[in-house]
Amino acid sequence: MLILTCPNCGLAADETELSPGGEAHLKRFGPGSEDADFEGYLFHRANPKGVHFERWRHAYGCGKWFLAARDTATLEVFGTYPAQTTEPPAEIITRIRARHPDWSPT
Amino acid sequence: MSEMSALPGAVAGGLADISELGLQGMVTLKADLSAPETAAAVRAATGTAVPDRRRIIETETGAVAWMAPDELLILCAHDGADAMVTSLCNTLKGRHYLAVNVSDARAFFAIEGRGAREVLAKLAPVDLHPESFGPGEMRRTRLAQVPAAFWMTSGDSIRLICFRSVARYVFDCLAISARDGGEVGYF
Repeated sequence: MLILTCPNCGLAADETELSPGGEAHLKRFGPGSEDADFEGYLFHRANPKGVHFERWRHAYGCGKWFLAARDTATLEVFGTYPAQTTEPPAEIITRIRARHPDWSPT
Repeated sequence: MSEMSALPGAVAGGLADISELGLQGMVTLKADLSAPETAAAVRAATGTAVPDRRRIIETETGAVAWMAPDELLILCAHDGADAMVTSLCNTLKGRHYLAVNVSDARAFFAIEGRGAREVLAKLAPVDLHPESFGPGEMRRTRLAQVPAAFWMTSGDSIRLICFRSVARYVFDCLAISARDGGEVGYF
């Protein structure tokens, strides 16, 4: 069972209280962008086996979005942080590096 | 305004006593909870301060509960909810806020007695051990398959709110959970 701490209400929320929102930190390509960029924005996801940054919503709780860093293979959670963050915070990167020394953000 | 609650007079017994509590005034306030103007408006309308994160403060006429970083739920008399909305609108005029009377969108239940924690713990993914959950905390969560919110009064009885449209489902879930013979004996 996946348990994520919602940074908005501070609760350790069970997976069944949350709804998943897919990969985090995507750059939006909207009207006027190149077709290839738009296609990438719509369809292409990293889907790694390993470290992954995700969007989650505390759907049954406070209803707010937040971001989480976790390992998709081991389900280890590296941390959660506010949705109003454009890149993973340094402390989360440090925690990931401690477990995966050769990991680098792509 | 509804003249009848969702399940008037519904009661069930067993490990705990479940009862529908009838009409309850409820007002949702969405606003910047850190703003002094919001605090002043809440104090003027309810006589209490803005509760801290996940807390509920009981007042003379009801309670004020923290629902989200930008949302409060104010409990008051059913016939006083419109006046509560008017009071909030008057004091928050010109600011970015929303105050709505949601009384008739909700159902309100009590779970009382020795097995109250256990009845609820079987339905919600919440640690209800007395060391983890006690009076003064508002918990929004999932109850079986629907959203609900509950808290404990100072008298150790549990109050639970859900959407009116799922009132029968929630009542039946609680009643089944409270049936004699279903003790887990964890708490």
